[in-house]
Amino acid sequence: MIQLDSLTKVFDTPKGAVVAADHISMEVSAGEICILLGPSGCGKTTTLKMINRIIRPTSGKVYIDGEDTTGMNTQELRRNIGYVIQQIGLFPNMTIEENITVVPKLLGWDRAHYKERAREMMAMIALEPDAFLKRYPSELSGGQQQRIGVARALAADPPVMLMDEPFGAIDPINRAVIQDEFLKMQQELNKTIMFVSHDIDEAIKMGDRIAVFREGKLVQYSTPDDLLAAPKNAFVESFLGEDRALKRLNLVKVREIVSDDIGTVTPGDTLEKALAKIDDFGYQNSILMINDQRQPAGIITRSVARTTKGYCRDHFQNIPATVNLEDDLRKVASLMFAHDTTWLPCVDDEGRVCGQITQRAMTRHLGSRFRAREGDIREANATTGE
Amino acid sequence: MPIQTMKGALRALLLIAIFFSGAWSQASGLIDDFLFYLPDVQFLMGQHLWLTAVSGGLAIATAIPLGIVLSRPSMARWAESLMQVLNVGTTIPTLAVLALSMSFLGIGTVPAVFGLFVATLLPITRNTYAGLKGVSPALMEAAAGIGMSPIQRLFKVELPNALYVIFAGIRTALTINVGTVPLAFLIGAGGLGELIFTGIALYDTVMMLSGAIPTALLAIIVDALIATIAFLVVPRGVNPSRA
Repeated sequence: MIQLDSLTKVFDTPKGAVVAADHISMEVSAGEICILLGPSGCGKTTTLKMINRIIRPTSGKVYIDGEDTTGMNTQELRRNIGYVIQQIGLFPNMTIEENITVVPKLLGWDRAHYKERAREMMAMIALEPDAFLKRYPSELSGGQQQRIGVARALAADPPVMLMDEPFGAIDPINRAVIQDEFLKMQQELNKTIMFVSHDIDEAIKMGDRIAVFREGKLVQYSTPDDLLAAPKNAFVESFLGEDRALKRLNLVKVREIVSDDIGTVTPGDTLEKALAKIDDFGYQNSILMINDQRQPAGIITRSVARTTKGYCRDHFQNIPATVNLEDDLRKVASLMFAHDTTWLPCVDDEGRVCGQITQRAMTRHLGSRFRAREGDIREANATTGE
Repeated sequence: MPIQTMKGALRALLLIAIFFSGAWSQASGLIDDFLFYLPDVQFLMGQHLWLTAVSGGLAIATAIPLGIVLSRPSMARWAESLMQVLNVGTTIPTLAVLALSMSFLGIGTVPAVFGLFVATLLPITRNTYAGLKGVSPALMEAAAGIGMSPIQRLFKVELPNALYVIFAGIRTALTINVGTVPLAFLIGAGGLGELIFTGIALYDTVMMLSGAIPTALLAIIVDALIATIAFLVVPRGVNPSRA
């Protein structure tokens, strides 16, 4: 857990004092990733670097796991905080192994222990230990180097990590891969992480919570979904972008809005029955046909059911697509657009139909949050008399 | 094919030329003339190397710590102006430095070592300073951020990364040093300069060359020696010649 208490930094410049961070107070719960987000010069990096004293705070306190760090020895404090920077900063004079083991060595681990640890870390970041440990940083690609950078920060197993735009210098394709890998690692490691970013998409993807900064002040601190649903003011709103409703699609899983109220037919049903069911369930165009294992087998369109006689098994069409309960709404929306359809069947991991997801349900879910929030804000404003 | 043939022909011609010049110098007694100076060359070369070793060793021992001190953040305010002073110092010809040191310290080995020391000091200090200042700020931030103390940063990160540049400074400085030692003869410190200057004064080409050729060879050997040491000592990851 990281707690910041009125953390303030004032820089003396020739043009006068500049307040880079103005009484920042916030708390990151253990095991969470907190993204510090904002345009350049907003104080997010200053705030981050005051935690490990790369920048000395002018005033205010930092607590790590409830302990006030003010009196701690700087070197000792830093050795217990993982630190990853955008420029990676691997030591070019050391091999990969030496780079990874540098903090364990500083902490006085014995040789066998830190050597073993280096191999463990390599396995964790999915690089072959025998192929890489004896090589030098200059022999690695940028993505590989930053993986090593992360491994170095994690080597001594610190409870807390600070990451300053760690994936900012990596090309978009590799960045997505390394972000996913990192999230997977974090699921096991449960570190408390502060992560600076200026990329809203990265923040939404990586963050459990997002802190938006502007001109040295913490403007809003909330979960990504809340942030997108209810930006606190015009600045946050414009920073998030006009497509913030679309960005929320990433955050919502099919599981959350799936409707299990789905009418189906079996291959043995007649088309008349299918037509009746289409009308019963209020479908406009078609109904899903499932097989004995409740797996989706095809769709019966309304036009076929109305104009033809016979059994469903002889007149079905292929299903455009199915979605899984764990898919996010972005994928669903994309599939709906691609196949020009307003609903898709949902299947569980065994491929059995467990419900449907409709365009209406999606817009209603996104919209209801917006409306509820706007209501809240209006109420709040009313009570404070603004 | 014709180029190959020409190269072969040239090589053959060169070998023949070397053979005949050798035969001629033997026949004319030139080799014997040179061999006459052999004992002198041996003795003076010892003196020469001693001057280089003492002045160069002292210079390295002073210049590297000086460069390190100047590169510390707390010295930043004075470092640049001090480096300017040192840069101006580099432009003073060594002969003038020797003359100046003679006027204060008299003649003999001490003023010669001092003059050579001053001339050698500057390039090494400058390269040490520049090498350390050239270590990327990101590297320094990473080193600080993972909890290295200032001393650990210096020895584990800064010096290893600046080492190649520092060695380049030592190489330049010592090569110049070896080539400058002959001037030390002028203030009475001996060395191969004795043969060169006496040879010039007496218009004795053989005597002059007996001093000049070993001096040139020494300079080349010292240069190669330090390049080899740098090759072996500088870590592979920051050693361009081993990349």
